[in-house]
Amino acid sequence: MSDPADFTIAEAARALRSGETTAAALLKAVRRRVTMTEADLHAYLTIDAEGAEASAAAADEAFARGEDRGSLQGIPIALKDNMVTRGVETTASSQILAGWIPPYDASVVTKLRDAGAVIIGKTNLDEFAMGSSTENSAYGTSRNPWDPERVPGGSSGGSAAAVAVGSALAALGSDTGGSIRQPASLCGVVGMKPTYGLVSRYGLIAFASSLDQIGPITRSVDDALAVLETIAGHDPEDATSFRGELPDFGSQVDRGVDGLRIGVVSELLGEGTEPAVADAFGAMLERLEGAGAEIRELSLPSTAYALSAYYLIAPAECSANLARFDGVRYGLRVDGGETVEDMMGATRAAGFGPEVTRRILLGTYALSAGYYDAFYGQAQKVRTLVIEDFKQAYQQADVLVTPTSPTTAFTVGERTDDPLAMYLSDICTIPSNLSGDPGISVPIGVDDAGLPIGFQVLAPALAEPVMFRVAKAVEGLAGFDARPTLANSEGAA
Amino acid sequence: MTWEAVIGIETHVELRTHSKMFCGCPVGFGGEPNTRVCPTCLGLPGALPVPNEKAIEWTMRLGLALDCEIAEHSLFHRKNYFYADMPKNYQISQFDLPLCADGHLDVTTETGERRVGITRVHLEEDTGKSTHLGEGGRIGSSGGALIDFNRAGIPLMEAVTEPDIRTPEEARVYAQELRAIVLALGVSDARLEEGSMRFDANVSLRPAGVVELGVKVEVKNMNSMRSLQRALAHEIERQTEILDGGGAIAQETRHWDEEAGRTEAGRSKEESSDYRYFSEPDLVPLSVGDEEVGKLRAGLPELPAQTRARFEAAGVDATGARVLVTSGLGTLFDEAVAAGAAATEAAKWLTGEVTAYLNREDTDPAGLQIDGTALAELVSMVEAGDLSSTAAKHVLEGVLAGEGEPRRVAEARDLIQIRDEGALSEAVAAVVAAHPDEMARIAGGDGKLIGFLVGKVMQATGGKADPRRVSELIREAAAS
Amino acid sequence: MPIDIDIAKVARLARLGLSDDELAAYGSQLEDILEHAARVQALPTEGVEPTAHPLPMVNAHRSDEVEPTLDREEVLAQAPDHVDGFFRVPAFLEDE
Ligand SMILES: [Mg+2]
Ligand SMILES: [Zn+2]
Repeated sequence: MSDPADFTIAEAARALRSGETTAAALLKAVRRRVTMTEADLHAYLTIDAEGAEASAAAADEAFARGEDRGSLQGIPIALKDNMVTRGVETTASSQILAGWIPPYDASVVTKLRDAGAVIIGKTNLDEFAMGSSTENSAYGTSRNPWDPERVPGGSSGGSAAAVAVGSALAALGSDTGGSIRQPASLCGVVGMKPTYGLVSRYGLIAFASSLDQIGPITRSVDDALAVLETIAGHDPEDATSFRGELPDFGSQVDRGVDGLRIGVVSELLGEGTEPAVADAFGAMLERLEGAGAEIRELSLPSTAYALSAYYLIAPAECSANLARFDGVRYGLRVDGGETVEDMMGATRAAGFGPEVTRRILLGTYALSAGYYDAFYGQAQKVRTLVIEDFKQAYQQADVLVTPTSPTTAFTVGERTDDPLAMYLSDICTIPSNLSGDPGISVPIGVDDAGLPIGFQVLAPALAEPVMFRVAKAVEGLAGFDARPTLANSEGAA
Repeated sequence: MTWEAVIGIETHVELRTHSKMFCGCPVGFGGEPNTRVCPTCLGLPGALPVPNEKAIEWTMRLGLALDCEIAEHSLFHRKNYFYADMPKNYQISQFDLPLCADGHLDVTTETGERRVGITRVHLEEDTGKSTHLGEGGRIGSSGGALIDFNRAGIPLMEAVTEPDIRTPEEARVYAQELRAIVLALGVSDARLEEGSMRFDANVSLRPAGVVELGVKVEVKNMNSMRSLQRALAHEIERQTEILDGGGAIAQETRHWDEEAGRTEAGRSKEESSDYRYFSEPDLVPLSVGDEEVGKLRAGLPELPAQTRARFEAAGVDATGARVLVTSGLGTLFDEAVAAGAAATEAAKWLTGEVTAYLNREDTDPAGLQIDGTALAELVSMVEAGDLSSTAAKHVLEGVLAGEGEPRRVAEARDLIQIRDEGALSEAVAAVVAAHPDEMARIAGGDGKLIGFLVGKVMQATGGKADPRRVSELIREAAAS
Repeated sequence: MPIDIDIAKVARLARLGLSDDELAAYGSQLEDILEHAARVQALPTEGVEPTAHPLPMVNAHRSDEVEPTLDREEVLAQAPDHVDGFFRVPAFLEDE
């Protein structure tokens, strides 16, 4: 019998309902996997043992009463540590929030609890979600489960690594410029960024408010669908939350790609793309064509400028979003001298790591008098052009596809001294954050070193149904069933 | 050189909505510190703002009352600066697309009428409140500061004028008129002493006849209408002295020190502020249609200027009408008139004795123990000759002190006028008999002494005689 | 386009009490990044409206209703310093 820690949500949900397992047993299996892998992986910052056990017990009682709140009841799920949990330390991987015990729950946390999910703990990330490797965490780098010498990607690296090894059946991440999709790609799991506004941001510690979106990291496309169905929906606490009727996300999922028009964005297959990635991507295109899809090469010229625009817009927003960390009401305080101004300056200088400091400075500059129009203002116009390019493209294609990341997982330390090289990791994912459209990464294979390669499917706003449809087809065509070294070797031991 | 003062005023008004601007915490004054707070108004990580529709509506109402254009499209912006009592270290405010713009307010002073342009009326959130401890004054003391965030996030309307005001008196009248409008709209209690209405003024001088503006100084911390006028008068004097002495004005912020009676330079940053405004990404734009604006306009209450015109039409003089409106006694006036009082009489009492009482007691009309019916009764008792005007003042005193209705007070205090001719004649006769010399001089044509004898009769009757009738009776006695 | 940054001023605006060495290091990194980011200026954007937000939404308001507040003790337990129900901070140097 296979280890329940390796179940997909769908498999676990069946096992829970057939009596084959219980939420408590499932949690135990997952906790065992955590114990086995955590020393190498460092996916978690906090494990909420007590809370998780109570939730698992509550789920089992609910099953015993015949009460069924849906597919996440009793499922062990991990949360990226930038989602606020009442009574459980939340740090966003920053020194400035060390020891912070929030007095409230994020709306997604409430939704997961209401659905009977079991929240195991909080996963590692790049500080305040700024980064592409989790190397910017103040609490140590998470490792790639396929090769601990390498990064898991980021910023939701802990979430992706945990799901990949079975330290959680699913996890929530947040995606501002690719922070769900890129680590999912590097860890060989499915990562999905919903349409902006579909999932409430209330209680998500903001990085860049107009770009941030919470989404699922799972081991299958169906699981991503199940998690999204639980966490999506209007939230009166979030003014940017979508108010209309939600699409039926799974309505087309099993229909295949026959007759669909799939666009390939030429600008996003540039020279930075590793041959193994390009090959796997090309091979998948052929299979999709074989499955009846029409492949069209499209040009989105503004996307070449998306990265630059992103690195003005996101820091600008973050410079304001992170102003509240000042040593007055919560978190770290460092006395820097006589006055409150000294205290704030010293607290912020000591509490923020280098990448966060860099982006705050960058954003402050881009918004400051005399530079606003040339930088921030111009970036907002480029954003308009990117959106228009996407609109044009979606008249010619139902979905767009790209490699999720131009490279597979890189080694720890490889890009830390070169912020620009690190920023290039997100070149394929950033444009859809600027446009607010959904995207998903599905694993399609491994390179020569055995490192996973991700395939990204992008769709217009609220077109999740067709996005899931293509993603599910890709998943089937890829037949990706490799397991990360960490899960395998340790699991066998 | 003759200098002309150029003054612009920024007014902040806290709205008395039930809940705060961007969260559901209750709005109130005072109370236990940090008890009216939630993740949003405390600026906790992850919390988000959601705008209060009532505050938006009320701001548009003020805009309409000031003849502003209501923007079809407006935005909230973040105004970025660090201040320990500001939870997010940015204030959600409005920048280049405010809710209301291009209005005006006419103010009348002794020197005439002036149209003060209203640049904009926008909506923002209030900050928390800090109390500075220890010696060393309000800022920079060694004892540190205590912060209460109950006030943080209360909706704050800001009305900004064009630099159209020329004298401290005009500034005060503008401020009073704006306050009267806010009260008429019922959107704030507009208490200066509690800070729910606050004024900042920009003051510069220029040579008379010159168009170009001089260097402006921002004056803050004026906690009453009187201190607004005094502070501006002082600041104009200060700048005049500097300019006359050949000096230059420094662009700065100065605080009015009420006790010292002067403005003092603030401690400010070494470089001018750079607020790095950008549109608030946690909020979506506001969009207002013509239909909604029409509805709001139709729903406006009678505004102070209209009320004054109506009072004047009823016979109240211009000064009286203005006092009634600015002191907030208009409603009481209307009630008294509705209960049968003559408008001029009701106005006389309200602008005289009642206003004096309000000033003396430092209270506002809401705290008065008199209603329109009682005031009308008082007026009618005087008219009927039941009360002398002196006695009536005593009765009003009793009514305001909570002793009951005018007639009850008059009876309890034994102030009802003697209307029995026999009793009156007796009292007069006694005084006449006791003052034969004075009577002889009156008979000889010395009319000035009549008043003296009337006084004696009033004294003897405990003020209950009708002095007019007494004077007639004394004349008759002298003539016989 | 050469980028010229008064990094000390930017750090003051951002309330970051950085040392001179740190300022110099960040200053040069920022120049590199901004040189790349300045590419946005190469794209012709005449007549293009800026996008602040991906959502075509307006008027997301709430009604004026009171909701529960936080428990003060739970809030103050997280404060670096508090006394008598207030947050306590060092003295202010600057005016509002
Ligand atoms: Mg203001
Ligand atoms: Zn609140």
